[in-house]
Amino acid sequence: MNSVVCIAQVPDTEARIKIADGRRIDETGLKFIVSPYDEFALEAAIRVKEARGGDVAVVSFGPDRVQQALRECLARGATKALHIKGESGSADALGIAKTLAAAIKSVPHDLLFFGKQGVGTDNSLVGPMVAEILGYPQVNVVTHLEVGEGKITAHREIEGAEEILEASMPAVITAQKGLNEPRYASLKGIMAAKKIAIETKTLADLGLQESEILNQRVTVVALELPPEKSGGRKIDGGDAAAAAKKILEYIREEAKAL
Amino acid sequence: MARVVVFAEVKDGRLKKASREALTIGRKLAQTAGGDLVAFAVDRAAAEEAGRYGAKRLYVAPLTAYTTGPFTTALKQLVDQVKPSIILLAGTSNGRDLAPRIAARLNVGVASDVDRLEWTGGKLRARRPVYSGKAFATVEVSSTPAIATTRPNAFTAEEAGGGAAEVVQIAAPASDDKVKLIETKTPEAEELTIAEADIIVSGGRGLKEAANFSLIRDLAHAIGGAVGASRATVDAGWIDHQHQVGQTGRVVSPNLYIAAGVSGAIQHLAGMSSSKHIVAINKDPEAPIFRVADLGVVGDLFQIVPALTEAVKKAKAH
Repeated sequence: MNSVVCIAQVPDTEARIKIADGRRIDETGLKFIVSPYDEFALEAAIRVKEARGGDVAVVSFGPDRVQQALRECLARGATKALHIKGESGSADALGIAKTLAAAIKSVPHDLLFFGKQGVGTDNSLVGPMVAEILGYPQVNVVTHLEVGEGKITAHREIEGAEEILEASMPAVITAQKGLNEPRYASLKGIMAAKKIAIETKTLADLGLQESEILNQRVTVVALELPPEKSGGRKIDGGDAAAAAKKILEYIREEAKAL
Repeated sequence: MARVVVFAEVKDGRLKKASREALTIGRKLAQTAGGDLVAFAVDRAAAEEAGRYGAKRLYVAPLTAYTTGPFTTALKQLVDQVKPSIILLAGTSNGRDLAPRIAARLNVGVASDVDRLEWTGGKLRARRPVYSGKAFATVEVSSTPAIATTRPNAFTAEEAGGGAAEVVQIAAPASDDKVKLIETKTPEAEELTIAEADIIVSGGRGLKEAANFSLIRDLAHAIGGAVGASRATVDAGWIDHQHQVGQTGRVVSPNLYIAAGVSGAIQHLAGMSSSKHIVAINKDPEAPIFRVADLGVVGDLFQIVPALTEAVKKAKAH
């Protein structure tokens, strides 16, 4: 059973964000990581491979630096990697989805895994868009997954509850934190990964026009840092009852919450 | 002419709060753009309420529980019929599931999780938090229609005082044999979720152990809020991930956020600093959480939180 995992490379979640030209972030000195939710997606695919055999192909659209993210996924247990070269930062979610869908068509697959969102852009759009383009069912925000014969059973997190859904394959799954405990790369895995060549393709190789993918539909016109909060009053809470009284006053009079 | 379509979600016979917020901003956009506000629902019971929020018509699809395929097909039918300029969905689980699917089917763009919206120069302009609120992007959606999902609590729900929306039936979409909803599991004691709550009480590592989350739950329960948590406590297995606020959890903007024993790691601050009123209780006067708190209390949460819970209970009893 073959899986494809689509990977986004994103700035480290601990990183402080700086703005370059009023439109995009300053990448100078920025550390990039595999988007955290994609780690759960990758782990799920590796477990399918361990149970049922087959390949785990990781696919990423982006500039040359994404090869490092693909390499990391290979070290953890992915068996193939495909890099679609391009300025993904100028593409909207649908542009990215069209690119990934075109790339995935030539990779054998029964299941497509994504993180439930790319951390940073925080769109939560690409997985379901790929599902729509390919005509596949989707289960979003998955916290539990069982893979059967030709179908999956997945638990989807919704507000204050959980849905259990059954979907036919091929299917798109977007992973939520808690789906599994992602493994670290082993030394053996890192060595083995070095022997796997990362396949590269351009948008043209996929038969796509840049004008369909880049700077379309949704464009960033400004990127700003939030106004610096100065912090408010600070009081001593040595006397718990007095502190509670002051908090209650604040809640009632300023937040008007009671 | 229908300018704006809003997906109106109904729960227990009432419009969800997040949908009322979406209808309100949708009505304002329709006024600017010149055209009607209409709503899409699967329950005709929503007609009266949707009308009060300014919807002229309520398009009702003969569907029940949400599944992606039939809802996408029904919404597509409605879009083909009314040709809107804007489609809004509240950023709920179902709104977030449906928005990308309908966008790809229509070959149009989506601005996700927006906290400001305006119609300007014939285009939809939206502000959205990115990097979990460490930055704000202003985006322009140039496709027709333009789609946006609204962040719960970012827009205020205001009625416009209209009569019931006219109900228009949409044909039944073909059933989807690719996905089947087997079961919805609701926990016995239904908890408020952090995504939509007006008040959140969050606990951090300062709680020292899982059992002490009861202090947070008691206060949340007394005040009518949801329970939030820092990443450290989720990673330690003290509480479920659904409660996590921050970059790998939920970005929230409630009216009141109370943080107890949360030091304020950068990714937690990013997830909650857009809350309207912030109270922090921490024994370390240098804790970063105090930088974003409107009211900071330096002290022992094990004393102060129970005292506050009691004070809230007393205040409510009066």
